[in-house]
Amino acid sequence: MIELDRAGRSFKVKRSVVHAVQNLSFTVSAGEFVGYLGPNGAGKSTTIKMLCGILTPTSGTVRVAGLDPSRRRTTLARRIGVVFGQRTTLWWDLPLRDSFELIRHLYRIDRAAFAARLDELTGTLDLGAFLRTPVRQLSLGQRMRGDLAAALLHAPDVLVLDEPTIGLDVVSKASIRDFLLRVNAERGTTVLLTTHDLGDIERLCRRVMLIDHGRLAFDGTLDDLMATAPEQSSIEEVVTRLYTGSAS
Amino acid sequence: MARTYFLLLWTWTRAAAAYPVSFAMMTVLGFAIAAIDVAVILIIFANTTTLAGFSREEVLFLYGAANLAFTICDTFVSNLDRVSTHIKAGTLDTFLIRPVGAWIQLAADRFMATRIGRILQAGLVLGYAVSALGIGWERAWMIPVMVLTGIVIFASLWTIAGALQFLLTDAPEVVNTLTYGGSQLTQYPFSVYTRDLVKGVTYVLPLAFVNWQPGLYVLDRADPFGTPGFMRFLGPAAALVLALSAALVWRQGLRHYRSTGS
Repeated sequence: MIELDRAGRSFKVKRSVVHAVQNLSFTVSAGEFVGYLGPNGAGKSTTIKMLCGILTPTSGTVRVAGLDPSRRRTTLARRIGVVFGQRTTLWWDLPLRDSFELIRHLYRIDRAAFAARLDELTGTLDLGAFLRTPVRQLSLGQRMRGDLAAALLHAPDVLVLDEPTIGLDVVSKASIRDFLLRVNAERGTTVLLTTHDLGDIERLCRRVMLIDHGRLAFDGTLDDLMATAPEQSSIEEVVTRLYTGSAS
Repeated sequence: MARTYFLLLWTWTRAAAAYPVSFAMMTVLGFAIAAIDVAVILIIFANTTTLAGFSREEVLFLYGAANLAFTICDTFVSNLDRVSTHIKAGTLDTFLIRPVGAWIQLAADRFMATRIGRILQAGLVLGYAVSALGIGWERAWMIPVMVLTGIVIFASLWTIAGALQFLLTDAPEVVNTLTYGGSQLTQYPFSVYTRDLVKGVTYVLPLAFVNWQPGLYVLDRADPFGTPGFMRFLGPAAALVLALSAALVWRQGLRHYRSTGS
């Protein structure tokens, strides 16, 4: 579903060249749930942006759902759902319900399919109480649930999440994690998420990829990840070892 | 495409109506500012009878035609020049994940229905000038052609201005010289400018085809700079060339987009 082959992205900053991502190769199959870890500035968001076609890779190739994202961006948009934890993709001054209606038009979702989908998402994400509230008045947890619904209304094959639990309280986090597990299990949606919250990883991800300095530093199951450190280490200790170890 | 665009316009209008006081003030201010331009022209003619060989009604005609095209673009596509703001705020990414072209979404972004008053004002000035000059149909047919040409030229300039901001994120105002500067320039007959400037805005940046060249035909005047008669009809071709270049520049700009951190 997602294929990167020696993909790289560099930026020119004041005459020097910064390689945000270099020589990155990995494959994610349909139905997988993958956690994408890395310290700040490691290249996680750059990778995500290449997957959605926002950034054009400067080397190598990227394919998502069989398409080259940067060349077929608007076609791919119908098959991929994207959530940025740091900013909303909803219309700030409109009620949530109106944002959804606009998305229905933008993605040309059939009216009946939309109604069924919205019903389902309203139920599982518990949106009913604030569907008519303007987005700017929602709490962060409510807004994130709204953003998740918005990213899934068009029933995408792939869901890409950039720090979806950032800033949320424990209850909101738990409800979002439950929801993501359900989407992955029931719909077979491929999920790739970046996070700094290791609870997300423990709870959600069967497979973990770790990127550092723009290169893939680890790729394996959660158990494999835990096996890289002495026994009885907590996941925090394991990841700290990898972040600091691979940084040297 | 058009359906999506108008849907977005409607959405932004409703969003703007969420702040009713601001909505009302923008409407009043829009009218007031538009009236100042006309006042300036009337003041000039209170002191003289001709401006670089053109009568008051002729100048109002040239101003009205250019301003009609300009205000239509200012209302419907001018938010293309907010590219750098969106890049800095990181909100451009949210346009790029939608299955609709970024150009359409940006053009419709923060559409303000309150600007429509200025289009009406420009239309009224043009209508007054045409009737006062008694222009017959044998020449008046050029007027809709020149307004359309002007719309394409200004929309292309806005597109180029937006595309340049992908490169010049730190200096968004520089590109305003293309759009707002272009509009200021076309408010007066080109005969008030120097020959070199007029050459530049004829052959390099085709602003002369917004109102000057076709306007000379409508007014049945010879060009004081002596360009041949066929130039009066080149507007649509010049607009087409500019539009194609603008499309190319936009595509390149979008591909060079660097995005922001996190």
